[in-house]
Amino acid sequence: MGEIIDALAIALKAGIGFQAVFLALLAIGINMQFGYTGLLNFGQIAFALLGGYGIAISVSQWGLNFWVGVLIGLLAAVVLALLLGLPTLRLRADYLAIATIAAAEGLRLLFRSVSATPVTNGSRGISGFNSGFVELAPWDTGRRYRLLGTFWSGADLWVTAVGWTLVALASLLVWALVRSPWGRVVRSIREDEDAVRALGKNVYVYKMQALVLGGVFGALGGMIYAVGTGSTTPDQYQNANTFLAYAALILGGAARVLGPVIGAMLMYFIIQFADSGLRSLTENGVIPDGLLTTTDVAQIRFVIIGLGLILLLVFRPQGIFGDRREVMLDAR
Amino acid sequence: MTHPTDRVRRHGRRSRPARAGARTPAGGPPPRGLTALRLLLVVLFTAGLAALAPGAAHAAEDAAEQVSGTLRTSVSGPISGVEVVVTTPDGDEVGTDETDDNGRFAVELPGPGQYTVTVPEDSLPEGVEFNSGNSRTVTVDPGRNQGVIIGLDDGSRNSGGGNVRWVQLLVDGFRFGLLIAMAAVGLSLIFGTTGLTNFAHGELVTIGAIVAYFINVDGGVPLIPAALLAMVIGAGIGALNERLLWRPLRRRGTGLVAALVISIGLSLLLRYGYQIIFGGSSEAYADYRGQRAVDYGPFTLTDKDLYSIFVALVVLLLVALMLQRTKIGKAMRAVADNRDLAASSGIDVNRVILVVWMMGGALAALGGVLLGLSDEVQWDMGFRLLLLMFAGVTLGGLGTAYGALVGSIVVGVFVQMSTLVVPNDIKYVGGLLLLIVILMVRPQGILGSRVRVG
Repeated sequence: MGEIIDALAIALKAGIGFQAVFLALLAIGINMQFGYTGLLNFGQIAFALLGGYGIAISVSQWGLNFWVGVLIGLLAAVVLALLLGLPTLRLRADYLAIATIAAAEGLRLLFRSVSATPVTNGSRGISGFNSGFVELAPWDTGRRYRLLGTFWSGADLWVTAVGWTLVALASLLVWALVRSPWGRVVRSIREDEDAVRALGKNVYVYKMQALVLGGVFGALGGMIYAVGTGSTTPDQYQNANTFLAYAALILGGAARVLGPVIGAMLMYFIIQFADSGLRSLTENGVIPDGLLTTTDVAQIRFVIIGLGLILLLVFRPQGIFGDRREVMLDAR
Repeated sequence: MTHPTDRVRRHGRRSRPARAGARTPAGGPPPRGLTALRLLLVVLFTAGLAALAPGAAHAAEDAAEQVSGTLRTSVSGPISGVEVVVTTPDGDEVGTDETDDNGRFAVELPGPGQYTVTVPEDSLPEGVEFNSGNSRTVTVDPGRNQGVIIGLDDGSRNSGGGNVRWVQLLVDGFRFGLLIAMAAVGLSLIFGTTGLTNFAHGELVTIGAIVAYFINVDGGVPLIPAALLAMVIGAGIGALNERLLWRPLRRRGTGLVAALVISIGLSLLLRYGYQIIFGGSSEAYADYRGQRAVDYGPFTLTDKDLYSIFVALVVLLLVALMLQRTKIGKAMRAVADNRDLAASSGIDVNRVILVVWMMGGALAALGGVLLGLSDEVQWDMGFRLLLLMFAGVTLGGLGTAYGALVGSIVVGVFVQMSTLVVPNDIKYVGGLLLLIVILMVRPQGILGSRVRVG
């Protein structure tokens, strides 16, 4: 039983840790794009990559101030959104999907390539850029703190606290936006683009605004992740994370302000519980080595996500809190 | 997905502890027979049904350290019978090993630490030289099988030896483009007939390669019958896809966007399932290993690559003939063009879609086998090909069969030829950039019609 309680505690920590913040911010961005506007951004992780590397490169490679790095990361995300949106937002939804997924994979390959090594340090990544942020913490970051049965380092706690504050602010912003006239236009674009166009609205511009806003949330998520882990490597930003965020969003309920947040926490909790549970079972020999080795366990999470995505969309596309009428299911 | 000229530096690119034999007690794929059971177990656990039996004590396996690698170039093939010497940094000899028929060597070490691996200067065959020195110093972590890369140069990278680099790249690109085309025809026709953007199509490619691998390597069946079997199984999996998932979903009226996200879920599920079953390493088929490239004047090509091109050309020609001449082919084009009109003129749309899925599955599986033949089999090979398939299909015109053919070949050639300008490891970035540029300039593709873009 001890292992199960341990696994629960680890999972609980993961569910409120900075990884969950990362996922929540990605999902909030996707909620803006997919949930409210109906845009299929399948490369959200590319925005996170730019956010994380924006800080890492500025601080470690160029010797700039941490906050300048944050600014550069956000600017890079805006530029990427514009670049992706310009050619595709006039076309049908799946063109944006293909372009974004291609951009995410392409950026990752570019950042880990040999020719980019002078700037990005290749596949080994960059570290040692978060001290400017960690030393702002109001408590001693060298100590370890006990919280809900698990130990947190002071730095982790600080990153997590800032992260959840960001999530709260982002949710507040989304809440205010979707209640505004802007939000009503964006939601009607999701429902019927042509009708909105007939009312004289510039659909293209509204879509672009939603894409940029969602991308900025994604970049913030990538920053929290980079600052939390203290390093960035291109392979942290595998595109499977985008789909993890989609799964979290759909689990929580798309087109709901708190849907992505609850979804992300639950998602991380489930994954981490399955992960550490399976790991301890294989280590103890309950599951023999021939069936499942500890290295396999790392892959299981993606199998769970895939299965979860299919089951959710088939049986409950509105997720836990969603409203079936609000979830975009038709293509345009 | 590296093309032949990459292989010069390929040896030990991924350390493969599993294949180094009995020297590594830890790691390595478990017996294949347990695979189904493993999957079942995974499913059971995730369903929350795992019974919590008290943990049996499990002896810690003592892991031995070793260094291993492969000596091979694309022109000379594997280099066998070369003595590899491992020493400590102080120069004390730890052990030696002679490379086997596959050019592989592995030396067991007394413990973790720094070691120097040396290949004697004069032991290489004629025409093969060291890229940069004949020894490497590596740091071996506890319990690790450390791969060692000793760069070899056989002259095929440089324009020496009568090769013209751009012709070589053109031929390689054409071969690669044909592979993409083979996989992409199904993707495009499925889109045309059902409107589904199938992100799980790459997994049909991978399953072909993996099935052929198991039949070929574990089953001992020669690769050609194994490939045919893999095609049959690929067609079966395509049919299962349609019958078990997509047809019921169409009947429920699931929207295209929901279907698209479902296909992504399916892709993740299958892909990481493959990784659990197949492992993370890349493996070669048992047949046609280590062929020497034959010199054709301006370019060189191994026999297997030459036959791959023939097979792909013949198969694609057959597909074109079928689409043009046979009744079912005409029906496919009719459904892809206008589903309602086809249905009202008496075509059984569901049957046509089923045939499209089967054909797409079989073609993707064959594409996977050929890709595995030229580049080795890997769990995510199909997914990495998927983006290039999308690029090809979009370039040619989403939903058209011939567009997919033309577009894919252009993408294949473009990706390989781009290495004239950009470094090899970002050549795919060029392909993806091309995709975005196409969307900007001509979103309906070369052969597509404006109507489809919407």
